[in-house]
Amino acid sequence: MIGNAIHIENVSKNFGSVKALDNVSLDVSRGEIYGLLGPDGAGKTTLFRILTTLMLPDSGKAMVCGFDTTKDYARIRRTAGYMPGRFSLYPDLSVEENLKFFASLFGGKVSDNFDMVAPIYNQLAPFKNRRAANLSGGMKQKLALCCALIHRPEILFLDEPTTGVDAVSRSEFWDILSDIKQTGMPIFVSTPYMDEASRCDRISLINSGKILETGTLEDILRRNSMPLLAVKGDNNYRTLLALREAAGVKTAFLSGEYIHVFTDSLCTPESLASIEGVSEVKAINPDIEDVFIKIMGNGSN
Amino acid sequence: MKKSFTAFIRKEILHIIRDPRTMLIAFLIPVVQMVLFGFAISMEVNDVEVMVCAPKITPAIEAKVSQIAHNPYITFKGYLASDEIDRTIAANKALAVVVFSRDYDKSGEAQVVVDASNPVTAQTSAGYLTQILSGTTENPAPGITILYNPQLRSGYNFVPGIMGLIFMLICAMLTSVSIVREKETGTMEILLVSPIRPVMIVIAKMIPYFMLSCIDLAVILFISKYALGLPLSGSFPALVVTSLVYITLALALGLFVSTIVDTQMAALLVSGMVFIIPVIMLSGMMFPIENMPAPLQWISNIVPARWYIPAMRKIMVEGLGFNHIYPELIVLSLMALALITVSVKRFKIRLQ
Amino acid sequence: MAATEVITADRLTKRFGNFTAVDAISFKVTRGEIFGFLGANGAGKSTAMRMLCGLSMPTSGRATVAGYDIATQSEMVKRHIGYMSQKFSLYGELTVRQNIALFAGIYGLKKLEIKERCASLAESLDFTEEMDMPVSILPLGQQQKLSFSVATIHNPDIVFLDEPTGGVDPITRRQFWELIYKKAAEGTTVFVTTHYMDEAEYCGRVSIMVDGCIKALDTPSELKKEFKAQNMDEVFRSLARKAQRQ
Repeated sequence: MIGNAIHIENVSKNFGSVKALDNVSLDVSRGEIYGLLGPDGAGKTTLFRILTTLMLPDSGKAMVCGFDTTKDYARIRRTAGYMPGRFSLYPDLSVEENLKFFASLFGGKVSDNFDMVAPIYNQLAPFKNRRAANLSGGMKQKLALCCALIHRPEILFLDEPTTGVDAVSRSEFWDILSDIKQTGMPIFVSTPYMDEASRCDRISLINSGKILETGTLEDILRRNSMPLLAVKGDNNYRTLLALREAAGVKTAFLSGEYIHVFTDSLCTPESLASIEGVSEVKAINPDIEDVFIKIMGNGSN
Repeated sequence: MKKSFTAFIRKEILHIIRDPRTMLIAFLIPVVQMVLFGFAISMEVNDVEVMVCAPKITPAIEAKVSQIAHNPYITFKGYLASDEIDRTIAANKALAVVVFSRDYDKSGEAQVVVDASNPVTAQTSAGYLTQILSGTTENPAPGITILYNPQLRSGYNFVPGIMGLIFMLICAMLTSVSIVREKETGTMEILLVSPIRPVMIVIAKMIPYFMLSCIDLAVILFISKYALGLPLSGSFPALVVTSLVYITLALALGLFVSTIVDTQMAALLVSGMVFIIPVIMLSGMMFPIENMPAPLQWISNIVPARWYIPAMRKIMVEGLGFNHIYPELIVLSLMALALITVSVKRFKIRLQ
Repeated sequence: MAATEVITADRLTKRFGNFTAVDAISFKVTRGEIFGFLGANGAGKSTAMRMLCGLSMPTSGRATVAGYDIATQSEMVKRHIGYMSQKFSLYGELTVRQNIALFAGIYGLKKLEIKERCASLAESLDFTEEMDMPVSILPLGQQQKLSFSVATIHNPDIVFLDEPTGGVDPITRRQFWELIYKKAAEGTTVFVTTHYMDEAEYCGRVSIMVDGCIKALDTPSELKKEFKAQNMDEVFRSLARKAQRQ
């Protein structure tokens, strides 16, 4: 499978009795942003650590850029750029010193591949003498990305890069990733935020160590489409309780300002609208969160 | 990969000089300890306040009293009546009272009453006084010649001990904390996922702390010689070689700790409990090993400082050279070699 | 002052030297409301919340929480609020029951009350044998729900939530918000600080702080209308992009 940036085949990993990864298989093509979406504890970090050669799988095999993560780990360590989930820069070193250190760690100079990071680093340049500890969350993220890119890797691994970062920085960060993708570099990224699915070319949904769904966001939404009503009431809590008592309602749960209601054929938008306190009923397409919940529910039943 | 190696060392040096706590431990503590042990904490007993109780003052008694009064360690505070003795000592007006018997001229009997609330001072002052009292003009007390440390300066005893302690502190504690910090901040993950070989990470970590220890060695020797007046009459190469072996051993211990713990707090605790306390308790620094119960004596054999401190004493105080310390040097070298091998083997190329 | 106003802030300001972290913010929160307090990193929301919790003195302006002045009656304020953050964790080695008893004890609940609360929490969280399991072995989502329940064990007038559901799975998140709605329906005011916009969508009203000032305050749907945005994320970004601070 030389053609694929990442090829994972039936990888499992247990920690004691906990199945961190359960028979995971997926392929990432060259030049795509591939998102691994799942909550904390789903197994995302474990998969990243296996791909970056930090851990060995209990069974199955994983290839990165054609190299086996177990046998050819030294080759992968030369070719991969990795940004771990936790803040992973030296807080007592300045922005510039951090970048220099990571460049020379791979035996190079900052100037060798500066074009790689220039668009991002230029935003940090005014603070280049500031200690990394004193950067804002968004800037730390950008610096960590620069440090992961400075040796011109062939593939980029980003484990929850947007966790703990505000919405503006998150959106800027995804813009940067789209730019990097233009250079042809495959990017494997994980996130617990379902709304970031739209920024990825393809995604896999992961929960409890199992891949639930794989494909483009549109594919996944189409495959899992189902009639769904969004209801709003004067007091959503009371409305929620009332909806659950109503005839024909299968499940009802809060989703932002609305209550999402799955119904059977007995139930119409009109019948829901007649419930006391309901002020608005509309038919909507399920979003990725609804799909995730639906599939998660199937998995546990 | 030479470039990444030097970059790594440069980074480590930046960590050290930017962390005030590390600088404090590395430079202030050695100086403070040397000064404390060298000057303030003294086992010598000076200015012993002595009073004399004599029923009648004969020329023989007067002669003794003048001997007492002229002793450099004693301050003579005058005479007192026999019923005042308890009160005077209780009121801390005198530390010791010499009571001459009624027929002292004939029998030569005298008694020393000492306040033993501090046993060390009591013992020493009683010693001074019996020494004076036991000699008669015809029959002087046996002379005692004290070798190596004629003034019984406690600094002589403590400097090797402090060296044993400080190198353990700087090398073992600081190295283990600094490696574990990389685990805690997540930077270890990036280091491992880079082409730099794990063994290089280890060596690059050790070099700055090795240099730091060399500076400390120089500082300690300087203070010993010029502030505490130690003779340092032994073989200088032997002193340096033994110390460097001990420093390497301590670095290896620090590295070993970092392979078994995952948090800086644990690293500090382990280094503190497992290394520092044995140096103080089991190395002969404070308590002579010969006086310990047999099991503790056996255990003391695995404490590196138990080999280092006596070797330093032989060189620094007794003025000896390589041919007198080679057993210690061999034990220390073997320990260092074994620890480095085990730690480098244990230092994982993966996270678990 | 109307009795239904649980939080009032009037030109509340906090300066650190020359730096104005919170710049004369004014707002009111009424009983039973779920109020979202949003802002980018460094916009000043943590500083503001610390003042409202009675942990930090305002430089100028005033605020009351549960009817008590935050500057002069901070001890009373603390007694009437609950606090939970994503990082706030229970004692992992203690069982659920022991944790509940511990925190209830801290807030001065009596033995009998503690027993009652344990029973009612077990019911609302759907815990049975979990009650006697150490907290650390529960799934993350259940721990989260438990910490919320513990933070509100003394029925505070207001509970402050700091990014309560970051990183949890969607099912748990929705269950978690159901708990929050339930608590609000019982009359507890909920004050949520977050920079995750999907959390903001659940709030009754939200305020958005930029550079120490409140730049917008309304219901999510009104804000979306006003900024012609699809979701709160866009609203937030169009405001926060104008931030000067770094």
